[in-house]
Amino acid sequence: MKKWLQFLVLITSISATSALLASGGFSDNSQQAMPAVANAKWKTECSGCHMLYHPGLLPERSWHKMMAGLDKHFGENASLDDASRDEIARFLALNSADKQDNRRSNRINQSIPAAATPLRISETRYFTSKHDEIAASTFKRKSIGSAANCVACHQAAEKGDFSESQIRIPR
Amino acid sequence: MRNAYLFLALFFSQQAMAESVNTLLKKYELLAKQENAAFVGFAADKGERFFHAERLHSDGKNVSCATCHTADPRKPGKTRANKVIEAMAISVNPQRFSDEAKVEKWFGRNCKDVLERACTAQEKGDFIAYLLSIK
Repeated sequence: MKKWLQFLVLITSISATSALLASGGFSDNSQQAMPAVANAKWKTECSGCHMLYHPGLLPERSWHKMMAGLDKHFGENASLDDASRDEIARFLALNSADKQDNRRSNRINQSIPAAATPLRISETRYFTSKHDEIAASTFKRKSIGSAANCVACHQAAEKGDFSESQIRIPR
Repeated sequence: MRNAYLFLALFFSQQAMAESVNTLLKKYELLAKQENAAFVGFAADKGERFFHAERLHSDGKNVSCATCHTADPRKPGKTRANKVIEAMAISVNPQRFSDEAKVEKWFGRNCKDVLERACTAQEKGDFIAYLLSIK
């Protein structure tokens, strides 16, 4: 009888813990996924050369720095006319990681030191801890290219969906 | 009958595209004359050499238009971030050079990336003449 009781307590505590984990823990009631966002200029201009990065992947100060240096954008000239640049900059700022309330954006934002303004998402501690089991050689595969190409493995990355169920690492 | 309409629609849209390429070439011709009083016209063979010409970039790498667009403009290329670039040859991709703002945006960026300076109107015209000449 005592063993039965112990078992029951164990099962109850396991399911309570997993429910708590699934709901996002004690302090964080926000949503897991980044919300759907839309801006035609952002979509066209920012997906011309690379995958479309959700604004919730970096804080406002990062986007601000990015948009101020488009003539030297990761070694390439990605200059825009002033009106397009300003419109996209406003959109990115409004939906940036520090202006969002979803679990992934919050965690990315919290992993960045206050004094840092990263331009590469892959340099944030959140990213490196999430990808520590992926070998550098995997990122270099022809089908992937680099860690910047989220969509190679995260099928729904351009919608801001990085959930485990949407991952398929190509050969 | 439906096929005939489709054919006509396709024919006229291609005509319209060809029209806009020619309008653009006329503009570059005017600019080229301002750049050089001895301007004699655009040449596809000069554009071809321009497209394939490699130069040493100040970052230490050899670059040309073909680095990203591939040596065959009828084939799709790839950006450094692994995204497909649609074919440049107008016979394969009639959308090319039909939107002046887009053309100027990409010349503006890519000339600085490859040549580290702006392209001249002569170079732009030769480049388009080459891409028009590919069947």
